[in-house]
Amino acid sequence: MSPATTNRNRQILAIVRIDLAKTFFSRRGLWIYLLALSPALPMVGHWLFARGDNNHQLGDDINVFANIFQFFYLRIAIFFGCVGIFMNLIRGEMLDKSLHYYMLAPVRREVLVAGKFVSGLVASIAIFCGAVVVQWVGMFAHYSPELLAGYMGAGNGTSHLISYLTAAALACVGYGAVFLWAGVRYKNPLVPAAVILVWESLNGILPAMLKKLSIIYWLKSICPIALPPPRANGGGVWNLLLFDIDPAPAAMAISNLVLLAAFVVVWAAIRARRLEIGYGTE
Amino acid sequence: MVAIENVSKFYGEVLGVNKVNLVIPPGITSLVGPNGSGKTTLMNMLAGLLQPTRGSIVVHGLSPKDPERYFRTVGYATQYDGFPSGLTGWQFVHCYLRLFGYSPADTERLAWEAIERTGLREAAERKIAGYSKGMRQRIKLAQAIAHRPQVLILDEPLNGLDPLARAETIALFRQLGAEGSHVIISSHILHEVDLISDHVIMMSQGYVVAEGQIKGVRDEILDQPMQVLIRCDRPKYLASRLFDHEQVVEAKVHADGAGLLVRTRHAEGFYKLLNHIALTGITIESVAPADDDAQSVYEYLIGSEESTK
Repeated sequence: MSPATTNRNRQILAIVRIDLAKTFFSRRGLWIYLLALSPALPMVGHWLFARGDNNHQLGDDINVFANIFQFFYLRIAIFFGCVGIFMNLIRGEMLDKSLHYYMLAPVRREVLVAGKFVSGLVASIAIFCGAVVVQWVGMFAHYSPELLAGYMGAGNGTSHLISYLTAAALACVGYGAVFLWAGVRYKNPLVPAAVILVWESLNGILPAMLKKLSIIYWLKSICPIALPPPRANGGGVWNLLLFDIDPAPAAMAISNLVLLAAFVVVWAAIRARRLEIGYGTE
Repeated sequence: MVAIENVSKFYGEVLGVNKVNLVIPPGITSLVGPNGSGKTTLMNMLAGLLQPTRGSIVVHGLSPKDPERYFRTVGYATQYDGFPSGLTGWQFVHCYLRLFGYSPADTERLAWEAIERTGLREAAERKIAGYSKGMRQRIKLAQAIAHRPQVLILDEPLNGLDPLARAETIALFRQLGAEGSHVIISSHILHEVDLISDHVIMMSQGYVVAEGQIKGVRDEILDQPMQVLIRCDRPKYLASRLFDHEQVVEAKVHADGAGLLVRTRHAEGFYKLLNHIALTGITIESVAPADDDAQSVYEYLIGSEESTK
């Protein structure tokens, strides 16, 4: 590895350390923890109160978990969590008038964007994958050790958990890249965030080709439990959240999301070269 | 050498600075001008935070487009009063110094060195959020000098400092200037500009209206009669002797009664005349220009423009 590359890697690490201190230990980020843990609260309650309920079926809980994960966790919690984390990496620091400290250091803008993206990823994956584990424990820990061992060992439990963790991590990668780019590109990145939210929400009623131009489609392809397709008659607004096309193979979904994120981060890095700091003075 | 070549900056239709050509020598250079004159825009371009619409900036052969080398040479303390939240003074200086790639030991040593030079050792472990305005100014200065830049750019660095801190900070600038660094300071406190600067750059409405040593700039303002203060024992008598000569535009007794303030368009001729009068028995203690300071030059060059707006 060349000295320049080593130095840039060190710089990325330094940026990550600075940003993590801000992301993990700031009061401003408290709502992101609450958002991430919000599905865990009913699940932990479920664990506490369902322990003596013999009519309770494992299959029911697997479906409930799948619904909460796909309809709330991916679409709301991680989406808005990534808005809060990744948009603030650049734009938030501009509002705080502290971004220039990075720009006055001997750091290429591309390295700054890469460092910011990595720090956002570390924070968001730690928060949202950690919360998935808490939710999982809350939902399934009340079952007997024998049943649980069967589900996690011989059954699909472990592969389901890995799929949910992968989907949550890739949601952070995909949404994180897009919101980092929006933070670099737009003075008010909430407008593009709203546009992306609408696009992702309307995905269910878009033609099959356009459905693939979304992050949620690929994330859904990684989820282990297929939700029921939209009903031809009735279903109402609920149908907006459902997909009626076949999911992509998981490997393709993962590679497409990673490629999409890489493309968007490179775009953000190129855009960052032209980023100017004026903070509205003179 | 700091070279600014034909630099212009436009914010859409709005002019920031226009056709600025400067070569700034080592030492302390003050950038002077009213609000909106383009000082901060020029400094931000020097520091790479803004990109010129036209022209180029070169510092010791380096361009801001090469940040990995440029920002090892340049340090900038902005006028922005923003800091990353939750950090102590020491953490603030130390964390950004890490980006320079020094070893951990060197990073720590340089951070403490900068903090000590700015007199913040005792407050270094406290959160910046609890600092006074003057302390925040000094910690920004510490952050800007921590990597020992050869070119230091400081936007209104004396704002908010108490008299003692102000004197210490000026001494630090002088020390840095004497070490061969370029110290480029913007200020609107003109008597401090006189006190600090080796050179001055005056800006108005986006243009450089004058640059150089204050006295040299004053000498080039030919449309304003030169003011000379003569300390003598008989100012009224001296005034009566001077009124008869065409070199003298105006002569008035100084407010303290112990001197005469004369305005002349022909300094050389006036000094010859004064020598001649001195031989008649009047005791002259001193003769000194009264308007070759930054305040006077500013009023001649910019004050008149401002008043004609």
